[in-house]
Amino acid sequence: MAQLTMIQAITEALRTELKNDENVLVFGEDVGVNGGVFRATEGLQKEFGEDRVFDTPLAESGIGGLAVGLALQGFRPVPEIQFFGFVFEVMDSISGQLARMRFRTGGAYNAPVTIRSPFGGGVHTPEMHADSLELLMTSTPGVKVVIPSTPYDAKGLLISAIRDNDPVIFLEHMKLYRSFRGEVPEEEYTIPLGKADVKREGSDLTIISYGAMVHESLKAAEELEKEGHSVEVIDLRTIQPLDIETIIASVEKTNRAIVVQEAQKQAGIAANVVAEITERAILSLEAPVLRVAAPDTVYPFSQAETVWLPGVKDIVETAKKVLTF
Amino acid sequence: MAANKSQQLDPKKTLQEIEEKFEMFQILNEEGKIVNEEANPNLSDEELVELMSRMVFTRILDQRSISLNRQGRLGFYAPTAGQEASQLASQFALEKEDFILPGYRDVPQIVWHGLPLYQAFLFSRGHFMGNQIPEDVNVFPPQIIIGAQFIQAAGVALGMQKRGKKAIAITYTGDGGSSQGDFYEGINFAGAYRSPAVFIVQNNQYAISTPRELQTSAKTIAQKGIAAGIPSVQVDGMDPLAVYVATKDARERAINGEGPSLIETVCYRFGPHTMAGDDPTRYRTSDTDSVWEKRDPLVRFRLYLEAKGIWNEAKEEEIIEKAKEEIKEAIKKADAAPKQKVTDLINIMYEENPYNLDEQLAYYTEKESK
Repeated sequence: MAQLTMIQAITEALRTELKNDENVLVFGEDVGVNGGVFRATEGLQKEFGEDRVFDTPLAESGIGGLAVGLALQGFRPVPEIQFFGFVFEVMDSISGQLARMRFRTGGAYNAPVTIRSPFGGGVHTPEMHADSLELLMTSTPGVKVVIPSTPYDAKGLLISAIRDNDPVIFLEHMKLYRSFRGEVPEEEYTIPLGKADVKREGSDLTIISYGAMVHESLKAAEELEKEGHSVEVIDLRTIQPLDIETIIASVEKTNRAIVVQEAQKQAGIAANVVAEITERAILSLEAPVLRVAAPDTVYPFSQAETVWLPGVKDIVETAKKVLTF
Repeated sequence: MAANKSQQLDPKKTLQEIEEKFEMFQILNEEGKIVNEEANPNLSDEELVELMSRMVFTRILDQRSISLNRQGRLGFYAPTAGQEASQLASQFALEKEDFILPGYRDVPQIVWHGLPLYQAFLFSRGHFMGNQIPEDVNVFPPQIIIGAQFIQAAGVALGMQKRGKKAIAITYTGDGGSSQGDFYEGINFAGAYRSPAVFIVQNNQYAISTPRELQTSAKTIAQKGIAAGIPSVQVDGMDPLAVYVATKDARERAINGEGPSLIETVCYRFGPHTMAGDDPTRYRTSDTDSVWEKRDPLVRFRLYLEAKGIWNEAKEEEIIEKAKEEIKEAIKKADAAPKQKVTDLINIMYEENPYNLDEQLAYYTEKESK
């Protein structure tokens, strides 16, 4: 089995679906000859031609409009938004148009569109590149939101996203692109959307997380184990819709949980998980469900980001509060 | 020194020269006389009568829609009188395989392109079945976000190009819409890909209450196409023949691989912006209204057809009766649509319901069964 980085796994998924379905189109700013600013589309234009993999003029709203129009012509568009901080420019196409296509036409049209975009902190980017803006998407009815944390998951989830007949926002954490390799089968495989993954089993506490914070949570779990605590780590993988079954089953087993997100505390992915646990499993709880998140400021200038971003220490501290409650 | 510089560098002169080139294209004047014989599309008598019939039908539809709205029997409605030439003569230049992306005032075009009238009424009433476009009708539901249809038209046109179709995407907005970023992005994308799109701006002089001259310092809206590098023309939007020719030409260029075009149709909306409380007397005078009433597309086309001996009062009465009858039937059919339920709406969110909608479906099924 090949050892790939996450960015290589993403390219593999795109290649697989470009091969499988001639309606799949990959486009965005600099995705053609240049292979994308992170090389996610490296070599794809050469392999599949300029008709299938193509550059766009520099305008995110226009890219969103292309996706809507191409979907109306029966294509399966996979546009790239170069950095997710630029999403504000394309919000109408996503939340106002793609998300409502099936709904407002009573099913006459649908939008099998997968919007890929890099995001996430810790790599010293300029402003508007690193923000975790996934809440804007999860608060939009009609889209699914996927955030992989490993190369294996990235390939299987992206293939599923492209095959899905509704719009999927596929967010790729920049810090995970090349920071490690993982086993990725060469053959095609899918991972169902809306299905979380238990990345580590344990019995005393559940840590629920997604994206880069899954890795911080796993490190925290190791530290806690040294002190005798058995910690389960759930990687949500899809943050809309949530995998309620996996979350509740775990909490009913461990009776204690924390939720870790990289986004600001007020960006309520974690808040939503806490609410679901409270509504469904409050009698199983031995302690309040606490959150680890970034402070409610604008994403910091890069010199402050290592302190600003939640890390192992924050997770361990919060976990201990819950374990000793 | 300064004089020399200005001789070499005279952007004002460049602008002036460009603006002078945008003269309004007209074939049929207000008196119903052909003023530009060379450009006359020479439609057959049958075609002329058909176009006139559609314009009369649509004027009646507008009048009935306004009155049905006042009786509470229709909902959201944007009046169309005055814009029949811009709307219907452009649609008349299309083929069935062409795809229309309308703004919210552009319901007549999609009806004449095949959307059953009762569905247009259901759209007005806020029923999702109004937008359930039949499979063989190439239209998108009316766009509410001003300008969004321009970038989407670029996408539909690119898709047609990739499929090798000999067809176009055509979209409509107003003078206000041409100030939106999406207007520029749409014409620019289609231009960059040389996609088969036709962009129409119905310049009806007011974006709700804001007059045309406050939208832009550009002398014409047509000239905005120059920056995108696409052929652009300003036509008399109350002259059905001028609108028809401009659209037909643009369509020809598009399907011949020559890329998109922009057409500004200069027209006027006789009625209010919508029936939701807009009062045009707050922002325009009856003097202005009467200047434009003289340019009424129906009046000049009627004069032209009567002079040709192919139209008369009896013919017009016949169309009016037919329109009233069809509108009555369509309202009846719209009345028969099943009552809209929250459970119906839950089921059109995704191909398969996620857990949250499944739970909410159970709740509303129970609630709505009582």
